[in-house]
Amino acid sequence: MDGIADMGGTEGWGLTHPPRVDEPVFAEPWQGRAFALTLLSLQLAGWNVDAFRHAEERLDRRAYLGDGYYGRLLNAAELMLTESVVLAPSAIEARARNLHGERVAEPPVPQPVKPDYTPTAEGSLRTVHAAPAFAAGERVRAKNISPAGHTRLAHYVRGHTGIVVAIQPASVLPDTNAHFRGENPQYVYTVRFDSHELWGADAEPFALTIEMFESYLEMTA
Amino acid sequence: MTTNESTERIPASLRTEALEQLLTERGLVDPNVLDAIITDYETNVGPLNGARVIAKAWTDPEYRRWLLDDGTAAIKELGFIGLQTEHVVVVENTPTSHHVVVCTLCSCYPWQLLGLPPSWYKDPAYRARIVKEPRKVLSEMGLELADEVQITVHDSSSEVRWLVLPERPAGTADLPEDQLVPLITRDAMVGVARIEPP
Repeated sequence: MDGIADMGGTEGWGLTHPPRVDEPVFAEPWQGRAFALTLLSLQLAGWNVDAFRHAEERLDRRAYLGDGYYGRLLNAAELMLTESVVLAPSAIEARARNLHGERVAEPPVPQPVKPDYTPTAEGSLRTVHAAPAFAAGERVRAKNISPAGHTRLAHYVRGHTGIVVAIQPASVLPDTNAHFRGENPQYVYTVRFDSHELWGADAEPFALTIEMFESYLEMTA
Repeated sequence: MTTNESTERIPASLRTEALEQLLTERGLVDPNVLDAIITDYETNVGPLNGARVIAKAWTDPEYRRWLLDDGTAAIKELGFIGLQTEHVVVVENTPTSHHVVVCTLCSCYPWQLLGLPPSWYKDPAYRARIVKEPRKVLSEMGLELADEVQITVHDSSSEVRWLVLPERPAGTADLPEDQLVPLITRDAMVGVARIEPP
């Protein structure tokens, strides 16, 4: 979906931050706990990583950015646990307020409603018996579409032409898997784009590669 | 569209504590398991794993060829294939060709080789800009590249993960593998830094 998560080429973020040597893995203790709780919550909700990424991209701007990466995980985990009815919608807020010294009523524990979803194998790589639709060296165009649901077709390559440089192993299609509508594994292509094709004649000269699922690509005329 | 209004008023630390209580008191999460995950990512799953791969490639020409030809198999031999690191492509930085890795859509990163991503990798400015003006961004981050160096940016949009094989620095020809490992940095294996001579 189009939204805040699809950041490639967007403006307004200011300068980058130079790397810090010895940056701790978790700068604050809650970040480690939010990370571990997110991993465990995926199992509790019965979701997959694509569905989780879709939860992240559905967060509003403040929930996505306000508390950084681990805040984003926490907020997406809350959305996931709420949608799979492991938690009532206001449960975290009510408990947090009580931890803060307020006295608010907490919602009753709900009955979970997990998605009808079982992966066919571990991980995301799958075997596809059909031949790949595109070959290395072939010119391809990224489709200029704006799917309403989850997709990994980044907006900044849409409508642009590149060259297939490698065929990667087939993988579960995030666009359907994120919505529990099947794994639909497809070949994944590493496609190389010239910077001028993406950003115009004045762009810095460089090449960019991105992985495209087969259904994101079309032949060029 | 979901609005998490509570994030405006309640600190994330307190909301995390609330979530942990809600899940542990119902027996859905074991606090010991939670602690074990945190310890694992703080101590075991980190850039030392990637550094071992790179040091081996620097000292063993056959392994280097294998790593560049079939990164997944060569890395699996050392035991670093797993969660968020299922299929790895390794690209080599040289005096004339520079590779740098990003995930513009979230913050995909080869956890088993490099650990959890550092803050600069997750920064919206990096995610947004490295695919549009990489030479300028790398310069901001402290890496100046000569005009003749060709830059390739790799946007990790699928479960394919990218690892950069950095240039071996001058003055290290006599160092054995185990003394090379501590020189190899996370930032160089993503492509935003060079490895400095010892």
